[in-house]
Amino acid sequence: MMMERIAGPAALEELRKSLLAARDPQQPMIAVCSTTGCAASGAKAVYEAFQNELAAQGLDKQIALKATGCHGFCERGPIVVVYPQRIFYQRVSAQDVPELVKGVASGEVIDRLLYADPASGERIAFEEEIPFYKKQMRVLYANNGKLDPTSIEDYIALGGYSALAKALFAISPDGIIETIKRSGLRGRGGAGFPTGVKWEEARKAKADTKYVICNADEGDPGAFMDRSLLEANPHSVLEGIVIGAYAIGAHHGYIYVRNEYPLAIKHVEIAIQQAQQCGLLGTNILGSGFDFAFEISRGGGAFVCGESSALMRSVEGRVGEPRDKAVHATESGLWDKPTVLNNVKTWGSVPHIINRGADWFAGIGTERSKGTMVFSLVGKINNTGLVEVPMGITLRELVYDIGGGIPGGHAFKAIQTGGPSGGCIPQQLLDLQVDYDALTEAGSMMGSGGMIVMDERTCMVDIARYFLDFTREESCGKCNPCREGVERMYQILVDICAGKGREGDIELLQELAETVRDASLCQLGKTAPNPVLTTLRYFRDEYEAHIREKRCPAGVCRALIQYTVIVEKCTGCGVCRRNCPQEAISGEKKEVHVIDQSKCIKCGLCADLCRFDAIGVH
Amino acid sequence: MEASAGTPVQVAVERIVQRNHSDPAMLIAMLQDIQEECNYLPKDALTLLADLLQVPLTRVYSVANFYRAFSLKPRGKHLLQVCLGTACHVRGGPQILEQICRVLNVKTGDTTEDGEFTIEGVHCVGACALGPVIAADGAYYGRMTVSKVSSTLTAIQEGRAPETKQAAAGKKARA
Repeated sequence: MMMERIAGPAALEELRKSLLAARDPQQPMIAVCSTTGCAASGAKAVYEAFQNELAAQGLDKQIALKATGCHGFCERGPIVVVYPQRIFYQRVSAQDVPELVKGVASGEVIDRLLYADPASGERIAFEEEIPFYKKQMRVLYANNGKLDPTSIEDYIALGGYSALAKALFAISPDGIIETIKRSGLRGRGGAGFPTGVKWEEARKAKADTKYVICNADEGDPGAFMDRSLLEANPHSVLEGIVIGAYAIGAHHGYIYVRNEYPLAIKHVEIAIQQAQQCGLLGTNILGSGFDFAFEISRGGGAFVCGESSALMRSVEGRVGEPRDKAVHATESGLWDKPTVLNNVKTWGSVPHIINRGADWFAGIGTERSKGTMVFSLVGKINNTGLVEVPMGITLRELVYDIGGGIPGGHAFKAIQTGGPSGGCIPQQLLDLQVDYDALTEAGSMMGSGGMIVMDERTCMVDIARYFLDFTREESCGKCNPCREGVERMYQILVDICAGKGREGDIELLQELAETVRDASLCQLGKTAPNPVLTTLRYFRDEYEAHIREKRCPAGVCRALIQYTVIVEKCTGCGVCRRNCPQEAISGEKKEVHVIDQSKCIKCGLCADLCRFDAIGVH
Repeated sequence: MEASAGTPVQVAVERIVQRNHSDPAMLIAMLQDIQEECNYLPKDALTLLADLLQVPLTRVYSVANFYRAFSLKPRGKHLLQVCLGTACHVRGGPQILEQICRVLNVKTGDTTEDGEFTIEGVHCVGACALGPVIAADGAYYGRMTVSKVSSTLTAIQEGRAPETKQAAAGKKARA
């Protein structure tokens, strides 16, 4: 639908009223989560089934259907919410659709598709009563399940762009910066620099041209909250960016998005077009006289481009190599002009702060970390998904109350935060209150909010090796300590995992780690040793077991493990023998089988296939 | 599309350069568009691009070489991206990649001889709930096990959608 230009704040309010008046809040509506997580579980087929079923039953006028954004509970996707009652259905498949449509029409709840509490087995009908959601505090994600991300009308109907109108007409640029400073908002990309201070520096910088950039180059493995927000509510991020641009006096901006996020790019493109049509982007925004042009810059898939100075080189169409930060980007950034670069969630927080006030935001969280933070709970955890919680929540609450603990009755070992720049936090620190400073003190960092849960079957030496393999590949190669130092540390870790560790390796790793940390040019190098330093600090015994006893306690490192048949459990079914790629397994039918260790390549296929858990790892 | 065919590549590059106003700042975007049309970055395309933008070929090459998204070699019909993000790593992603390479007799980063599959190990596709996961042809094949590899490869080749999560979950619950 072609939207008309909105002349000013009064016209925006008029539009909102008329949009709301045209909607019947009592009309039944089926909302299907259609962003990447649920789409990967088959949400598209579910949406199409609803379309067909509603049409076939002649109910498409009475019952509305909407493709919405992410609810965060990816583990339980595809998720369908039925309004106005807000009944939360999970793991819906296309086959369930006719029954659901009948239920919506008759007002009946389909019990079997509700979430079942794993402890009591009791069915739960409403999102907020599910343990996964109980301790969450949804601000950034509050409207994800309510609006169609491709509809600016939906966003405006829910109060969208009112913060922009307020910023442009009721507060001065200095007043906006003051509000952001007082709110205590810190950069959500990981380092936690105070946002208001950054904006102030850029505002004070003298230059004819200034830029704002939204960093959506979400490169940390295990983190996908920025993608989720851009897919689910792109206008909220855009609104924050326009407010920030106005505050610092920038008339041009970019969003740098990973090319691997096609749906996010599409939704941002649509949002930009719609905002331009409505006069919320472009020239003379809302009749205020403020001009702001905004473009998408697609990333090329280089982790180092998450680093702000490298990102700016990439926007300029160059190789993404970082530079020394003696001069802040707020003075000389993109094309050597003053530039404010913030993460997706930082920008997305801005409209909420402008609307609800600095005091409201500062009232959430801990002393030095304010507001909410979005984490992705992934790995060895029951409730995988995205959670938005107040700063200061404990790791224990995250893992057990929200995450539902570890699957298969295994024991928790560590939680990895901050991606390749972060570290592994052990069980004894589960009561740590999560904020920027506490995580840094523990040797890790907030990072973009990825939290990967590890259990007793995760080898911490292997994890350190994994992360260094990552940073080694992603090091841009510009500075020596990172390029050579990380490579060398990686080689030592490979040796340790291969059973070739030597006395003195731990000390050498420690020394190299400190050098790389102190001498690298950018944050990628400076933080690359964190996975090694934290695992050495908290799991030194695992390193020692690998080096001295040539033993991998978690049963992961191949050179140090053996697959064997557990005699009491083997039924002699022969599945392992028939599927072994090395023909390393022998045995007669209905008799205990044997693995020939000289042939075994430890691929794990036998353990994977055995239905009797008769393959053990030592 | 073969680089030696010349003309279609030329036409594509010229169109893409024009659409981006011959602006060297748009180099990465232009390379992405060329790769989308040609499936990789043919040498001819890079030379022509440098000419049209009036920048040294070294600059175009350094950018094409720096970013992970670009391939200087032709790729197969199906691009298999095996997720090696942390969540998939701890759930056994590397074993999945290994099994794929074993079944297809190919190394990571290479293309099978018949040109059907190109295998890449990638860092996080952001579908952690489904880990270990393979992304191919715009679909996600989740909750992979070593034993599911062969049937999944056939499904990808035949363009069949991945098994729905519910079916997979149902199986898991029964197990």
